[in-house]
Parts: sequence; C-alpha cells; structure tokens
Amino acid sequence: MKKTSVIILSGVVILFLVSWLVKGASLSGEENPYLQGFLTTFAAFLTLAVFSFLYRDNPFYKFAEHLFVGASAAYWMTLGFWQTLVKKLIPKLSDGLANFFEVPTEEHSYWYFLPVILGLLLLMRLSKKGGWLSRWPLAFIVGYTAGINFVGYLRSDFVKQVSSTFVPLLIDWQGVGHFFSNFSLAIDGQFVMMLANVVIFVGVLCGLVYFFFSKEHTGLFGTASRVGIWILMITFGASFGYTVMGRISLLVGRLTFLFKDWLGLIS
Amino acid sequence: MKRQVPLLITFFVGTLLIVSIFSPATENLGEEFSVFFDVIAVFAFFLGGGNLLRVHLTKISRKREDWVYSVVTLVGFIVMLWAGLFKIGNEGGIAASVTEESSLFGMVFYSVLIPLQSTMYSLLAFFIASASYRAFRAKNREATILLVAAFIILLGRTAFGTMLTSWMPPSLSLAEIPNLAIWIMNSPNLAGQRAIMIGIGLGVVSMSLRIILGVERTYLGDDGK
Repeated sequence: MKKTSVIILSGVVILFLVSWLVKGASLSGEENPYLQGFLTTFAAFLTLAVFSFLYRDNPFYKFAEHLFVGASAAYWMTLGFWQTLVKKLIPKLSDGLANFFEVPTEEHSYWYFLPVILGLLLLMRLSKKGGWLSRWPLAFIVGYTAGINFVGYLRSDFVKQVSSTFVPLLIDWQGVGHFFSNFSLAIDGQFVMMLANVVIFVGVLCGLVYFFFSKEHTGLFGTASRVGIWILMITFGASFGYTVMGRISLLVGRLTFLFKDWLGLIS
Repeated sequence: MKRQVPLLITFFVGTLLIVSIFSPATENLGEEFSVFFDVIAVFAFFLGGGNLLRVHLTKISRKREDWVYSVVTLVGFIVMLWAGLFKIGNEGGIAASVTEESSLFGMVFYSVLIPLQSTMYSLLAFFIASASYRAFRAKNREATILLVAAFIILLGRTAFGTMLTSWMPPSLSLAEIPNLAIWIMNSPNLAGQRAIMIGIGLGVVSMSLRIILGVERTYLGDDGK
C-alpha cells in the first residue's frame, strides 16, 4: 500500500469517527443516540463514496459497490425465504412447520411439492453431470411467462391500446359557428381537447406506419411514416426529460440527506 | 430426455395457462402457478447466492487482483443473510416483519442498501447531463423536435417554467409551459407510447407462441438446436 493511500485512508477513518461522535452527541435526547449516529454517518459516508466515482474509479467507490452487491444478494434471498417459502409455501405443506414459523395454516395441497422439486432441480445447475436437469424448472418458468404474457399483452398492450385510440374527434360539437365564436387555446377548451384526440389518433396510426417495414416508405405512406417519426421523437424527448427530472429529484433527496440529516445545516 | 421433456413442460404449462382463462373452474390457475413461479425464483436466488459465495471465495483464496473487495462483498452478504434469516433484533420475534426498522436487517436495509441504491441512481443525473450535452444538438428536424420536447418537459416541472409564462391570459393557458408539458405528456407522447406498446404487444404475443409451440428453443442452450 502506498504512503499516500495510507494517509488518505487514515484521514477518512478519523473523519468518520469524529462525525460519528459529534452526530451521536447531537442526538443525545433520542433512544440509542450513538447507534443512530453511527447509522447516519455510515449512510452519509457510503453516499459520498458513491459520489466519489464522479472524479474517477477509486477504492472508496469500489468498497461501496462491493458492499452493495453482497448486501442486496442477501436481501433478496432473505425476502424470498420469508415472503414466499414461509408465507406462501409452508402453510400449504406442513402444519408443524407453519406453527414453528407462526404463520396461519391453510388447507394442504400436495401440488405445492412440485415447485419444491423443480426448485431443487434448478440447483443441479451446479453439477456437471446432472446440469441438464436444471432445464426442467427453466422450461416451467419460460412456459409460465409465455402463457401469462400471451394473454396479458394481448389484452393490455394490444386490444386495450387499440380500443383507447378510437376516440371521438369532435367533442361537444354544436356547429362551425359556435366552434369559431368560442375558439380559445385554453387547456380545457373545446379546440385543445379535440386537438388532443386528433393527435392521439393520427399519432398512433402514423407511429404504426413507421414500424411497418413490409412496404416502401414513399408517397402518402412515406409522409405518414415521417409524421410517425416526429411523434416518436416527441415521445423520446418527453421520456428523456421525465427521466432526467426523476434522477435529479433522487439527487436532491441525497443532498438533502447529507445537508439536513447528517450535517444538520438546513432545517 | 434432455430436449423433449423441457419442450413438453413449456408447451403444457403455456397452453394450460392460455386455456385456463376460458373456464371458470381453472381461472385461478394463473395465481397458483404464480406461487410456483415465485418458489422456483427463491431457489434461483439461493443458486445466485451460492454462486456469489463460490466466486468470491475462489478470488480470496487465490489472492486475485482486488481480492480485498471480495471480503467486503462476503461480509455484507453474510451479515445481511444472518440478520435476515434469524431475524436478529426483531422485537416481535419470529412472526414480525423481516424489514422491521429496529431489527439488524432493517437497520442495514435503511442505512446501507437504501442510501447506496438511491445514490447509484442519482449518479445517473450527472451522466445524463453530460450525455444530453453531447446528444442534444439541433442537427436536423427530428433532433430539434426531440430537443424542444425534452426542454419543455424539463422546464414545465420547475418553478422557473411556471414563472416564465404565468402572465398568460386564461384563453391562452395551453401556451403556459407547465400546461404545455402536461399536454405533450398526455397527447403526442401518449400516441408515441401507444404505437410502441402495440408493437411490443404483437411482438410478445408472437414470441410467446413460438416458445409454446417449440419453434423458439434458445433457452435450452446449445442442445436445444
């Protein structure tokens, strides 16, 4: 280890200890102040360790990254054990085990041994000879996903979306004279509402035309395809803007944590 | 055995789930199978955890580059697993929720996992900003449309955007930036999303059929050919 690395590491450890003690002392009115102080300081240091990646890859970032991988793997395993095996599986198979885990017993169904057997077969993937047996649970998962998605996507992503596209293009129509005499660009006005429905209908149609590659995009078809591209560009732009705002609000959340919960600089 | 049985299982399960919705007697089959799916997924998590242990223990024992960080991974993994499986510090005992805040598992979850996860995602704000600087150049008409849409959405969700056009009369309220942002989200954006969703829907349905009928068998690996 280089001398500079040792100095930096020692500095960070000292800073951590000082911050922990100061935070613990500031929380003296609460229950377990030094434990709370430790947890807040540790969370703050992990936050700073991840942000340090903005400078370049470094040991603090690697520490946070590796800790995240290990802890989240164990988190999902634990959650799976308690929420699925204990809550959903055990009550169906054994009263004794259900009583041990203090979960309500249910009517037994020995069909529930099937996923256990398939799950154990999945572990055969670790064996060189019997690895092929792990394809059976995989086949169940693939078959289940295909069957559920076949119906689900057909209903929600196809039929429902197509039917929602066929909307009335004339809203509250009382003649051309009434339309022009009451014309306005108010967000809840007749024109804007009609425009929204026209944009949705024409936009979906043109968007689909753009995705239709069996015919050359020329003439009227090409014009529709071009409009489709514009609609898709607006969609991508809007999604991008929305994503940026989401990430920025997360960043604001982390900065609030650092300046309010940890340093106490903002009230 | 190696190829036919998995293909049969896929065909049987997929067909059964599609057919089951047509009969009231079997309409709950999807829910039952979803529990089966969850149980198998838990075993997959165990497999993943075992694999993580194997990989990092090998790295430590052979003292490969950056092996010290593998120790960090293993410590995080073992502490979290021990705290969660044995519900260490849970005031309500074995029947209490595993994510109870006062438990060790809850403490690690709220003080390690949540900060790390949200900071990792918030880090993307910087990368997106740098990517948009490079990508957002109005080189042609399409790029300009994308740029303008993104700009209006961003501006529409800030106090500055509201302030900029708050003087508009009610008859021109569509031109107010926050309203325009909402309108873009609800109309042209919806149209584009819908066109994409219809395409995805058709793609998923055709892929599901290919899988159920055994035409698509890449999930079986090399032996599936």
